[in-house]
Amino acid sequence: MDGDFQFLFELVTNGILTGLMYSLVAVGFVLIYKSTDAINFAQGEFCMIAAIVVAGLLQLYDLPLIVALAGGLAFMLIFNWGLERVVLRPMIGRPIVAIIMATIGLALMFRGLGPLVFGAETQPINLPIPDDPVIWGPFFLIPIDMLGAGISLAFLAAFGWFFMKSRKGVAMRAVADSHQVSMAMGINVERYFALAWMLAGVVALLGGVVWGNAIGVDTQLAQLGLKVFPVVILGGLDSIIGVIVGGIIVGVVEALAAGYLDPIVGGGTKDFTPYVLMIIVLMIRPYGIFGKPIIERI
Amino acid sequence: MLVLNNIEVIYDGVILVLKGVSIEANEGRITTVLGANGAGKTTTLKAISGVLRTERGDVTRGSIEFKGQRIDRLRPHEVVKLGIVQVFEGRRVFANLTAEENLIAGGHIVSSTAKMRENMEKVYTYFPRIAERRHVIAGYLSGGEQQMLAVGRALMSDPNMILLDEPSLGLAPMIVEEIFGIVQRLRAQENVTFLIVEQNATLALEFADFGYVMENGAVVLQGPAEELRGNADIKEFYLGMSGDEKRSFRDVKHYRRRKRWLG
Ligand SMILES: Nc1ncnc2c1ncn2[C@@H]1O[C@H](COP(=O)(O)OP(=O)(O)O)[C@@H](O)[C@H]1O
Ligand SMILES: [Mg+2]
Repeated sequence: MDGDFQFLFELVTNGILTGLMYSLVAVGFVLIYKSTDAINFAQGEFCMIAAIVVAGLLQLYDLPLIVALAGGLAFMLIFNWGLERVVLRPMIGRPIVAIIMATIGLALMFRGLGPLVFGAETQPINLPIPDDPVIWGPFFLIPIDMLGAGISLAFLAAFGWFFMKSRKGVAMRAVADSHQVSMAMGINVERYFALAWMLAGVVALLGGVVWGNAIGVDTQLAQLGLKVFPVVILGGLDSIIGVIVGGIIVGVVEALAAGYLDPIVGGGTKDFTPYVLMIIVLMIRPYGIFGKPIIERI
Repeated sequence: MLVLNNIEVIYDGVILVLKGVSIEANEGRITTVLGANGAGKTTTLKAISGVLRTERGDVTRGSIEFKGQRIDRLRPHEVVKLGIVQVFEGRRVFANLTAEENLIAGGHIVSSTAKMRENMEKVYTYFPRIAERRHVIAGYLSGGEQQMLAVGRALMSDPNMILLDEPSLGLAPMIVEEIFGIVQRLRAQENVTFLIVEQNATLALEFADFGYVMENGAVVLQGPAEELRGNADIKEFYLGMSGDEKRSFRDVKHYRRRKRWLG
């Protein structure tokens, strides 16, 4: 195979894998948006907190990985349930902007508190997978990326099924459509809010662990929230398929920028090209590539 | 079956909207509440279904009883479990869900999925048009189809009583007749009791058994439907049959006097 082509091929496959790992984080936004209509700017911080807890259990208590993961899961479920109860539930019925502002407040608070409580140095999360790349025909793959992409696809499929096919998923979408009407249909809206936030906690754990393994655990991990924002916008806030495709696009664009643009300009383009793409898409399709336009009809 | 006992409703802690409303809806009957815009009809229905609190409204005096049980402190989903469901003014279908998903959401309190499917088939027999359009996103249905979907969605919870808020609003007369026809069949075949709010008094009194007229947050007139159909004030102000003379201020004053006397 031609060397240039080989290089492109490598960039694209690794971009796809990284992109799917973005999708995993991005689906947290979709979960909250679908049920509460709000954008949760603390999703990246959720990933950070989950990863800190898992890394802490691994390092401080020397627990086996599976126990640390279970502990992290339990922590995130309780943490997000409590958060919904204490901070977000009292805001039901307020303007969406108020809820969004509250999540920004939470994000900044967590980012400040995280290192204070858990220390500032970078902790590792070591998943029992080899670091050496796998060379498989024309593919040159990094195992953690493959694992991340695999976990990501499996959970996205599960969430997709839940939302589109299960009765609870339909109820959750009904809640997103109108809180008041859902209530009047007998849906206990508050319970679905709690469920959405808890699911967002589960997703944060998965994203936090996969990314923590890849880049280490510290406050940098919270940047994931902003990092995946183009994914969410490209895919449309309400679509799981959109999140997958959005993730892949962002991953590939980043990889191509790193491979072709960075050597020319001396680096750095990888970090902002997804946002450029996001802005262009917003100008053409304000509701994302896969998002639905808001149906306005009386 | 449903009794509103002199209820007072206040929004935002200060805006007094219902000033002592007493209404009764008897089992197996169609009861209608008439009145102009802003009279407090929707507020009355929201007080019953319990969604008032989402708009920072509160029943501050009086009581609401359903089958002898007080319901004015219940949350909306608890009211639905007792058998009362509200169909909102302006349809309010879940615009991003398909017609069928709207029904699934409406059947949320039915825990058995088999029973929920059964209810869905029943809705489809009453509303064949919805059956045809079941996979269409509800936001793209016509106004008439949306109104049918809204009624069908309410039926999904196996209600004893449906609160219908202005079902005729913005719909062609033929569709309205069709919907009211189905309401009558539901009352006869499914034993559903209806409380229907309408501005179109001619229409409502044609189908209803008993009627109330509201004005300014209070009931100003009530009686069996045929009696109200013959009532001069109703004719003049709600049926639009005041004869040749134009309504004058004097007529309005006469109506006010009479209203006070009646009330
Ligand atoms: N959420 C609310 N907050 C404050 N005032 C309200 C609210 N909803 C309705 N109102 C007021 O209550 C009165 C009755 O409204 P409504 O019950 O909707 O009347 P109708 O359904 O008969 O047209 C109106 O004056 C309206 O402005
Ligand atoms: Mg109204």
